[in-house]
Amino acid sequence: MESIGVLMACPMNTYLEQELERRFNLFKFWTVSDKTQFLKAQQNNIRAVVGNATAGADAELIDALPKLEIVSSFSVGLDKVDMVKCKEKGVRVTNTPDVLTDDVADLAIGLMLAVLRRLCESDRYVRSGKWKKGDYKLTTKVRFTGKTVGIIGLGRIGMAVAKRAEAFSCPINYYSRTEKPNLKYKYYPSVVELASNCHILVVACPLTEETRHIINREVIDALGPKGVLINIGRGPHVDERELVSALVEGRLGGAGLDVFENEPHVPEELFGLENVVLMPHVGSGTVETRKTMADLVLGNLEAHFLNKPLLTPVV
Amino acid sequence: MEAYHGHGKEKESQDLPRVLLFKPPPDFHLFGDECFSSNKFKFLKAWESPLPLDQFLKTHAQSVEAILSSGGAPVTAETLRLMPAVRLVMTTSAGLNHVDIAECRRRGITVANAGNVFSEDVADLAVGLLIDLLRNISASDRFVKQWLRPRQAAEGDCYSLGIGSKLGGKRVGIVGLGSIGSLVAKRLDAFGCSISYNSRTKKPSVSYPFYSNVCELAANCDILIICCGLTAETHHMINKQVLSALGKEGVVINIGRGPIIDEQELVRCLVQGEIKGAGLDVFENEPDVPKELLALDNVVLSPHCAVFTWETFKDRQKLVVENLEAFFSNKPLLTKIVDND
Repeated sequence: MESIGVLMACPMNTYLEQELERRFNLFKFWTVSDKTQFLKAQQNNIRAVVGNATAGADAELIDALPKLEIVSSFSVGLDKVDMVKCKEKGVRVTNTPDVLTDDVADLAIGLMLAVLRRLCESDRYVRSGKWKKGDYKLTTKVRFTGKTVGIIGLGRIGMAVAKRAEAFSCPINYYSRTEKPNLKYKYYPSVVELASNCHILVVACPLTEETRHIINREVIDALGPKGVLINIGRGPHVDERELVSALVEGRLGGAGLDVFENEPHVPEELFGLENVVLMPHVGSGTVETRKTMADLVLGNLEAHFLNKPLLTPVV
Repeated sequence: MEAYHGHGKEKESQDLPRVLLFKPPPDFHLFGDECFSSNKFKFLKAWESPLPLDQFLKTHAQSVEAILSSGGAPVTAETLRLMPAVRLVMTTSAGLNHVDIAECRRRGITVANAGNVFSEDVADLAVGLLIDLLRNISASDRFVKQWLRPRQAAEGDCYSLGIGSKLGGKRVGIVGLGSIGSLVAKRLDAFGCSISYNSRTKKPSVSYPFYSNVCELAANCDILIICCGLTAETHHMINKQVLSALGKEGVVINIGRGPIIDEQELVRCLVQGEIKGAGLDVFENEPDVPKELLALDNVVLSPHCAVFTWETFKDRQKLVVENLEAFFSNKPLLTKIVDND
């Protein structure tokens, strides 16, 4: 398979890159200065694209690669892949579901604890030497146990978040496109209603045209000055400008954010806020899981080129 | 304030039984002086007197029957000798290492703590410190906000920005399966961790595997969580041998008391990479924290504040007042000391 051309959309994982290089004819898109020229020159060579949450295969790229057979995403979210175009052209698409569910859910709970219990502020307080200088000034630390958690999207990740939160005696409410039968969690037919009925709101749904800016001014107002938003979905789920002004003005109680509208850009107004915890998009970011995800990407590509059934196809 | 009391009210107040406070409780700073108030007792505030403590006690506290110890104000044999009328020592903490329990027993003094009122908050902090540690939450937040750059990641170093270590499937060893330890276990169970424990005695109603010594527990887990109290037996229980058994991939979380861990040894292990990381709410000489720790990204530090939530303060104030009122009415206390594990 060393002659099969694979285009890697952006840097994502050293092990994956090395393996792709070893097994295929790997092109690293980010090292190319003139991308248009490159695509013209290589259009008959590239049969696969490997993307992730940052860069995938949009309509333009798919059109520029007439020999494209498969897009294998190093992520579970496929918002960076033009799925309509892929279906049209018969391009297969795979992702990495299940293997990262636990890590993303763990991070969601970690962010909840970090925001409510001010873990980062406390850590900074000790490191700065302030503890030695005097009694710890109690800022508004809030108990996590028993707080109502509202989950947007009760798929694999949403359910995993719910299971963990339940261990802290948190009542669980949710919003989903359709109500799920036989669940002990309470369903709300709109995000605004859900936001009005929870202390902590978690975004755990896929990013689509419908869910873009699903967290808007109205939802933020409903969540309120004691409410906390946790985003482990995609940056564009949230109207970031509205979120920033709500946090700065104290109209929202706090936020734990792993994703942003224009990564790697993070709004600077958030930097001074102790009720905000910021992560550099590492929901699935553990050594173990990233290796498992990489193996899944490689496994899907190999299966495809060996005419075997794909491991985790979406189309 | 007193100037406004009518003569009658002052007399009433004079008849109220008194409870000795050595130091102002943190609650006073945050909620004002009235947060523990009751019409069944009043406080004798030692810190308001210019007299040294022993003189103050000899002069003013001879008929005082109850002590409220807060902020770790020690209740020593010496103190108790100076207060012959004491029948109750109430502490606002769960920990009792600052109270001379043996002396209290000898004198027939009832000791009451804050029971389980904040067990959940402490358990939550243990889990929070653990996830923060494994997933580099504080380190990443620091980086994104540009407070401090993480140390340069070596090739394959899993502390390269934000990339952490999976929690699910890890083996958790809980030292001390009391009310706090049990709540930690319940929580981590939901994250897919396997739980085992060490305790003074095995708990028959618990299905988690029991290890009769801490070293063996450490050898069989990836994450060691200290949830026990500080006693003569547990002092420096987490020592070189235990940390060595825990190993290079192991992490330790301490929400008990600093002296349960040989801190010097812990620091050495962390600096030399003999264990992977630590999450610490308590230290041997608070508020001093070994300066080596301040420079490490594989530690998460917390200023002994596991119980500092609004809800716990409120719950605890209610409990303290109810216990003291019960005591002075000769009714059973809500919490007395119970020997955990």
